[in-house]
Amino acid sequence: MIGQNTIKSVLLAISVLLVSLVSFAETTHKKDELELEHEFDISGLIMHHIKDAHEIHLWGGAHDGVSIYLPIILLDNGTKVFSSSHLYHGEEMTAEDHATHETIHYTVGVGPAEGYALYHEKIYKLDNGELHFEDGHPHNAKPTSLSMTKNVIVLLIVALLVCWFAFSTAKYYKKNGAVAPKGIAKFIEPLVIFVRDDIAKDNIGEHKYMKYTPYLLTIFFFILTGNLLGLLPMLGANLTGNITITFFLAVCTLLATVFSGNKNYWKHIFATPGVPKPLLIIMMPIELVGILTKPFALMIRLFANMTAGHVIILAFVGIIFINKNIAWGALSVPMALFISVLEILVAFLQAYLFAMLSALFISAAVEEDHH
Amino acid sequence: MDLITPDLGLLFWTGLVFVLLLFLLTKFAWKPILNMVNTREQKITEALELAEKTKAEMQQLAAQNEELLKEARATRDTMIKEAKSTADKMVEDAKSKAKEEAEKVIENARVSINAEKVAAVAELKAQMAAFSIEIAEKVVRENLSSDEKQKTLADKLVGEINLN
Repeated sequence: MIGQNTIKSVLLAISVLLVSLVSFAETTHKKDELELEHEFDISGLIMHHIKDAHEIHLWGGAHDGVSIYLPIILLDNGTKVFSSSHLYHGEEMTAEDHATHETIHYTVGVGPAEGYALYHEKIYKLDNGELHFEDGHPHNAKPTSLSMTKNVIVLLIVALLVCWFAFSTAKYYKKNGAVAPKGIAKFIEPLVIFVRDDIAKDNIGEHKYMKYTPYLLTIFFFILTGNLLGLLPMLGANLTGNITITFFLAVCTLLATVFSGNKNYWKHIFATPGVPKPLLIIMMPIELVGILTKPFALMIRLFANMTAGHVIILAFVGIIFINKNIAWGALSVPMALFISVLEILVAFLQAYLFAMLSALFISAAVEEDHH
Repeated sequence: MDLITPDLGLLFWTGLVFVLLLFLLTKFAWKPILNMVNTREQKITEALELAEKTKAEMQQLAAQNEELLKEARATRDTMIKEAKSTADKMVEDAKSKAKEEAEKVIENARVSINAEKVAAVAELKAQMAAFSIEIAEKVVRENLSSDEKQKTLADKLVGEINLN
């Protein structure tokens, strides 16, 4: 009971902190832009927040704010490594859009970043020292970038966090033997047992679940930690709401499914039992596409859920700035708080769903013939 | 469109970090944790089974004890009963023997008394006969002292005979 209460209060504290900090951070952030533009661009703000960046913006405006600049790693005629501050604080340039004839402001890199420009968090190679725009998009070539972006940093933090509590739990058992859990093990063990029993064993079955439990545990804790970390405002992380991350995780599940597939599984795909031969010509492509649609749904589900949560919270906070009146806070703060608390539930739910559906797909691949 | 286009750099880092994470966690965290949890579950199951078994054994023992107690009680009861009956029998025997003895003594006494009595009666009879003869002699001697008297007597006797 004590453990449950502690978890409850910790979650509550996180959510309260979250709402206050999100509102605070966005307040300061937007005020500067308001002064510059006099027009509040809510969709621009939201898109900027949910997309990757080459800096971790802490507070302040674009020029006088405080950011952590992350390393840029480019594979372009050799490896080039430099700080992103050379791109953010480079030479100011203007260009005319070839199609819409609008004037576009951008900065080109200086120092080690010479010859490159950053526009909307994408790195472009300069052509004759400038970018060429068409319909608002640069048409310059992009170098291969392995930069340590904000999401890479958050990814590392997530990995370290998961390692920390998983290893602490393992250490506890190593030290104390097979006893009742205490401390962090008390918090982690129920989740581990939940994944093992309710996700792995229930779906995959008594005989084969042990092989897949480590993978399911890893994706469950990775997604859960990523989801919860995404709710922390200062970092501005949206790791599990990034299509690249969910794409990779879905590919992992796809590979696990395809390589675990037994004879029975492939037979159901290429020669579904009980289907007349001519129909198989239609069925086979459908079944083959089905292999891909399952992980594709996993990818979209996690991405859309997490991104939508961030969008809604920011949109509610944005009401204040759209109307330029603090009184709207009376409406938007409780709404944002409500959604934030809901997001904590969603964080657990999506981690559970991803692991559960992965287990389900794997179980379909390893299932024995029952006919 | 940016939002739904996977980024190569991030994909590279994600792959690297995730594969490392999967490997490290599996080797150093999940397997030890799962093993320990399994061991503990087994221990708990065994302990529960043992408790159940011990309970059953205890119950059996208690039942056995009860049985033994019952038997002991029954034995005691029969023993007491036997002892009582033996004692009763002994008393009864003693009583009957004493009675017999007493009867025998009484019988003996009676027999000897009878014998004494018979002897006494016989002696008395003999004495009486002697006395009678003496008296009769004296009477006869008196009655036959004169002739007249002899004749009277003779007559009287004859008369008595006639009556008969």
